[in-house]
Amino acid sequence: MRKMLTIISNVLRGSASRNGARVVVSARTYADFTPQATFDIKKCDLHKLEEGPPLQAVLTREEGLQYYRTMQTIRRMELKADQLYKQKIIRGFCHLYDGQEACAVGIETGINLSDHLITAYRAHGYTLTRGGTVREIMAELTGRRGGIAKGKGGSMHMYTKHFYGGNGIVGAQVPLGAGVALACKYLGNNEICVCLYGDGAANQGQIFETYNMASLWKLPCIFICENNKYGMGTSVERAAASTDYYKRGDFIPGLRLDGMDVLCVREATKFAAEHCRSGKGPILMELQTYRYHGHSMSDPGVSYRTREEIQEVRSKSDPISMLKDRMLSNNMASVEELKEIDVEVRKEIEDAAQFATTDPEPPLDDLCNHIFYNDPPMEVRGTNPWTKLKSVS
Amino acid sequence: MNTLLIVLLIIMEISQIHFLYVTVRDALNQALDEELERDERVFLLGEEVAQYDGAYKVSRGLWKKYGDKRIIDTPITEMGFAGIAVGAAMAGLRPICEFMTFNFSMQAIDQVINSAAKTYYMSAGLQPVPIVFRGPNGASAGVAAQHSQCFAAWYGHCPGLKVVSPWSAEDAKGLLKSAIRDDNPVVFLENELMYGVPFEMSEEAQSKDFLLPIGKAKIERQGNHVTLVSHSRMVSLCLDAAAVLAKEGIECEVINMRTIRPLDAEAIETSVMKTNHLITVEGGWPQFGVGAEILARIMEGPAFNFLDAPAVRVTGVDIPMPYAKILEDNSIPQIKDIIFSVKKTLNV
Repeated sequence: MRKMLTIISNVLRGSASRNGARVVVSARTYADFTPQATFDIKKCDLHKLEEGPPLQAVLTREEGLQYYRTMQTIRRMELKADQLYKQKIIRGFCHLYDGQEACAVGIETGINLSDHLITAYRAHGYTLTRGGTVREIMAELTGRRGGIAKGKGGSMHMYTKHFYGGNGIVGAQVPLGAGVALACKYLGNNEICVCLYGDGAANQGQIFETYNMASLWKLPCIFICENNKYGMGTSVERAAASTDYYKRGDFIPGLRLDGMDVLCVREATKFAAEHCRSGKGPILMELQTYRYHGHSMSDPGVSYRTREEIQEVRSKSDPISMLKDRMLSNNMASVEELKEIDVEVRKEIEDAAQFATTDPEPPLDDLCNHIFYNDPPMEVRGTNPWTKLKSVS
Repeated sequence: MNTLLIVLLIIMEISQIHFLYVTVRDALNQALDEELERDERVFLLGEEVAQYDGAYKVSRGLWKKYGDKRIIDTPITEMGFAGIAVGAAMAGLRPICEFMTFNFSMQAIDQVINSAAKTYYMSAGLQPVPIVFRGPNGASAGVAAQHSQCFAAWYGHCPGLKVVSPWSAEDAKGLLKSAIRDDNPVVFLENELMYGVPFEMSEEAQSKDFLLPIGKAKIERQGNHVTLVSHSRMVSLCLDAAAVLAKEGIECEVINMRTIRPLDAEAIETSVMKTNHLITVEGGWPQFGVGAEILARIMEGPAFNFLDAPAVRVTGVDIPMPYAKILEDNSIPQIKDIIFSVKKTLNV
């Protein structure tokens, strides 16, 4: 009977989503699902703030399914990238995001697509949440012409609208992000910039230079430190005299929160965004999170931490499991439903991987293009004086 | 003779031909003012550019006219504010980032190269970076080693950048306006010793839409015997040397590069095919320098077969810049060095 209901509702859901009446239809066929629930979330540690984000978060069934789907997509996409890298189909640098999904998804739900975001090189998750497709991301990793940067950027250099990468130089993205925020303030468009960096980058001088100017000029910038406890192979205790990253902004108010809980991240981001949009200037968030993979594909990730530690986080704090448990125990979704999402996600990833491995590499005459924007075609010297290559904007 | 002059002046007055003498500093100031007025997205940031009127007074009067939003004083944090400028350019503004001197740009060079120059390519055309980095470059007077380096070769090395090095007031104005209107990162190398030098500025150059194309050299003096190629302040020395040599019957063709990257190799080749002799003159160090690149291109190109003697470079001495005047004077090319090199090349 249950199975029948599932099939019927899927058909109805499929047709209903075209006219946007999905929730209502579902409620009629899924009389037993809770449309929304309120969850207690952990209190944030506060720095130079009187009040913090709320201690409860409301999650609707629809939101929950969407967060689940997106996090699962990131998870499976990163695992697929791991596979392809080991098959040598992806080369060079590949920094995987699995474990940190709640950060990317939670942040995006706290801002709008019209806001801006910039991060460092562990960027595949953000490329997705900011509007990229799994296909274009994977094809970029495999260096094909269908890649989001036509195969010219690779893992660390992916861009979409209002997403400024993907940046390879540790810390350099932070001043860039403040510059984007300056543009938002200058243009008066009420947009903000989310500017991410890791616990390793948090010690960079240019970040402190940026804190200073962002604060002086009251730039609408949310600085977010994704603290996954290790800067490459160096644990936070070995790298930072103060590991209270949320306080390192000194005169900038800060929050420290559980980066494995998507609702925590969402509420904190909403709080921070409101702070910026009200003209109070920058704010800093530290998300305590964890990466399951090593720093990059060339790092097994077990020389500086124990397998037990990784296993413990996986079993006790996995962001996707946490959301799944919440939804199931509050009757907001069924096991079959979530399994079905898993199947759909798996298929999407398989299709994308198929595309990424069969799409041709960029044509050789694209080699010298995109040097300058809005410029007439020019000649570029090849490897020898007789080779003159063409470059167009 | 005098009456002829008076008649000429009267004719000029009647026909409204007005020549103005404008210093390089004022020409730059005009260019900044005009471009700030023309496009609201243009803004200037750097140390002392606003309330101090500019460390070298290039931005004099602009803060008073445009205010805090468009003319921004920064703290002494080059890496930070250069990065902020690049980010602002990525998000749709058109910043002019001033380095008090290009020596300080070394602190920020990662932002210039990795964040600005390479981004349009890495993003395969998704993310342009319309930014100008400007400031004085090269040797000044008595400022010693850490404040006297020429960065033309360093920035000229990198694809994705345009590198401009004006000489005259017209160069300064026309090229800065073009740089600001260019949708790509432009490194604009000024020269402190040239700021106060007045040049004739034609009527055409006085217009608000006067632009000079980036990437095109200018022949400042025609000649048949030897080609002198130079940029920035050294153009003055070449012209002075040419004047002295002319008295001995040697006619130098002096080329003002105007742009370091993209290099106008064609202009140089055409000239060398006429004169058969080439000397490059620069203030920077010899190794891996601007002159070295020009000579390599001549070797690889059609002009090689027209050379009657090896092409040579006149450069700064390969040492950090000393302080004492006699030492400093002998660390950079002098007019006599150019004359000596011409005579050696021509074997006279």
